[in-house]
Amino acid sequence: MIMGNSIHQERRDFLRKVSLSGGGLLLGFTLFEDLEAQTGKGHLIEGVQHDFNSYLSIAADGTVTIASPNPELGQNIKTSFAMIVADELDADWSRVKVVQAPLDNSKFDRQLTGGSGAVPHSWKRLRTAGASARLMLIMAAASKWRVSPEDCYAENGMVLHRGSGRKAGFGELVAEASKLPVPTEVKLKDHKDFKLIGKPIRNVENKNIVVGKSMFGLDFYRDGMVYAVVQRPPAFGSKIKSVDDKSARAVSGVSDVVRFGNNVAVVANSTWAAMKGRKALVVTYEPDKALESSSDHADIFTRLMDSPNARMHRKEGDVDAAFQSAAKVIKREYECPFVPHNPIEPMNFFADVRPDKVELIGPTQTPGSARKAVSDLLKIPESKITVDITRLGGGFGRRLKFDYVVEAAEISSIIKKPVKVIWSREDDMGGGSYRPAVRYRFEAALDASNQLVGYKLRGVGMNAGNPTREHNFPSGSIDNLLIESLDHTSPITTGAWRAPITNFLAYAEQAFLDEVAEAMGKDPVQMRLDLLQKARTKPAGPIRYDIDRMETVIKTVAEKSQWGKKPGVSQGLSVYFSHASYVAQVCDVVMNGGKPVISKITAVSDCGVVINSSGAQQQVKGGILDGMGHAMYGKLTFNAGEPEQKNFNVYRHIRMKGMPEVEAHFVDNGKDPTGLGEPALPPAGGAVANAIYKATGKRMYKQPFIEQEPLKESE
Amino acid sequence: MPVYTLNVNGKMHKVDVAADTPLLWVLRDNLRLVGTKFGCGVGSCGACTIHLNGNANRACLLPVSSVGASKVTTIEGLSEKGDHPLQLAWDEVDVPQCGYCQAGQIMTAAAFLKKNPNPTLEQVETAMNGNLCRCAAYHRIREAVLVASKKNK
Repeated sequence: MIMGNSIHQERRDFLRKVSLSGGGLLLGFTLFEDLEAQTGKGHLIEGVQHDFNSYLSIAADGTVTIASPNPELGQNIKTSFAMIVADELDADWSRVKVVQAPLDNSKFDRQLTGGSGAVPHSWKRLRTAGASARLMLIMAAASKWRVSPEDCYAENGMVLHRGSGRKAGFGELVAEASKLPVPTEVKLKDHKDFKLIGKPIRNVENKNIVVGKSMFGLDFYRDGMVYAVVQRPPAFGSKIKSVDDKSARAVSGVSDVVRFGNNVAVVANSTWAAMKGRKALVVTYEPDKALESSSDHADIFTRLMDSPNARMHRKEGDVDAAFQSAAKVIKREYECPFVPHNPIEPMNFFADVRPDKVELIGPTQTPGSARKAVSDLLKIPESKITVDITRLGGGFGRRLKFDYVVEAAEISSIIKKPVKVIWSREDDMGGGSYRPAVRYRFEAALDASNQLVGYKLRGVGMNAGNPTREHNFPSGSIDNLLIESLDHTSPITTGAWRAPITNFLAYAEQAFLDEVAEAMGKDPVQMRLDLLQKARTKPAGPIRYDIDRMETVIKTVAEKSQWGKKPGVSQGLSVYFSHASYVAQVCDVVMNGGKPVISKITAVSDCGVVINSSGAQQQVKGGILDGMGHAMYGKLTFNAGEPEQKNFNVYRHIRMKGMPEVEAHFVDNGKDPTGLGEPALPPAGGAVANAIYKATGKRMYKQPFIEQEPLKESE
Repeated sequence: MPVYTLNVNGKMHKVDVAADTPLLWVLRDNLRLVGTKFGCGVGSCGACTIHLNGNANRACLLPVSSVGASKVTTIEGLSEKGDHPLQLAWDEVDVPQCGYCQAGQIMTAAAFLKKNPNPTLEQVETAMNGNLCRCAAYHRIREAVLVASKKNK
């Protein structure tokens, strides 16, 4: 262990490095008087290092406060992040407090929630932050006791000396420890020494949630604020022709009606008054672009499917030759509709725009992009805009868009008052950013010995970009392959939806492979294992997935689900690699009164190290029910540009009754953690479709399944 | 605007609001009891579930003028110290993901368990089916209701 002045030099280097990298935070170790200080709003007591980046602070009473920079929307990041820091710190978990950090580029990088990326991105940073602080506390204790730091260790919020049995709580050591140089190198724990990581640790907010404490954006209130409800064009592709706001202004409580762009905001002293005012508005619209209906989309898909202008994403071998000489060709199309995100907390945001500063408070997955957009709109530098992140009542990708944040800022800048914009459910479901509608065509060529020698995929979508994942399995295992796409630019806005693209691509692909396996006369498990073996021994082009990991989840799910060994049960397999994780699922279907009933889904996930075994169960089970629910029921249709389903009474979600049992297993191979908020979702639809086929002989070529035979008549 | 006197969580509150204001917005905007959530406004998600004289009700569909002298209980008033068997079970089973719907889930379950203290799994599913959880934490919601029912004994 290096001691002395040289370290002080290095500490300055450390700080400089941090500021140069724009926030590659390693460790902050400061004394905060209270939680408010964490957000820079409270009183900082002596000893605070203002230029320190900060995940972590320890108070003199031993309380450890861990700042969680990424927005929490139910992926349980607030608990997982703190567990990682606290484990390396050897903190007493019962004395750990976790606070949501506001947007702060000087302290944190990648302060967003999306792509299942928070834990993989922060894993080493968080561990280093905890371990560095632990080392500094040990050094402080060793110096106090005049013993060698090598003879001291930390445990449960204390530093202990092996020889003498002396011990001191972190709180007693923090004043000295915080003056020590920040270590440049720290040894992270062996995985076997983890005390929190891998354990079932309860959500740190449980106790606040069950008593209804204010924590969500919609709960935020400040004296003097007004409420705004916005009338937006009901149809995508239309614009305002006229506005008559006389009746709206007459509604008691309404203080303002303002038009901005194609929107009209009704501002009032309560949510209800604003909603009533909005209802009283008389706004007429005229077409601005094509007012598309769902029937138009079907025609567009058909046209694009045979267009010669596809974008090619991956090509291997000689596909034309493979198909020309094929003994058997299987060609199938799959279709998925638009679906809204429907987080249960509708969009909302608070904004207080003043000439010298802007305050933004609310639920967002992308606080940084939201601030940039507000800065661009108002021509106010980002340095004068603060963003506080509330808890999010779900996100599913919808809050990666920041239209509602910009809207709040714009209204506040016009009316010159602090305002909270509230979207109704109808606003939310009608407001766009949907999962794009997509149609896929898969083609497989089998040779005379039933080997899969050719494979084609064409994806056509509505503002879907490239709806293929051209380098995913089965690419690499088939010698002749062509993957391409076409996109239609629609006025209907689309966006990332939990497990973007793969949430419907995986269903289509896994349903198709099931059919190919059958044509090859192979068991679906064996068929996939054979393809992986082919990719391993004779790869066709680059392999961008880990063959061994994929093989392991398939073999394990076959074992855990008793694949093929359950009398009276029809099983369907699906496996998918997304967000760097591997998930295989087997769905069990039993027949009840002539109808297929989804009785169970068994999942095996490889996401590397599992951080919180309770939270991980939630992500997998919830992800599967979400994936299954949308495959079964999800559908948003359009008439002349206007969505036809705008509330939960006409849009079906999966509910408790009729949900299958879900068994979630994990392959803990000690690899660095990968994403888990999304990867369990994509395989669900395919597993369900394949099991329904096994039970009934009917293939599911379209979502929602509930509209297809044989499920249709049961409705 | 008319003035209404409401009995909420055992306390009397005077509010001056339009007669058609749903109780949900009176609770949230006027009384600042924000545990009762807005999800759909049409009674389809259950996030706004409260008790009216002990019965589960959707606060989003209940005009303030219809409340009268009824006793309103919100999640904030379910127990004094957050130790209702359901609240304890919710933590033990580690139910919440995003957490937004959970107050409504608990209020539905509390009214249900009062009427049916020893429910079967199927009865729990039927009772809870009107409460949407977009995170789909349904397995644990069901488990927590059953755990709480055993605590009551």
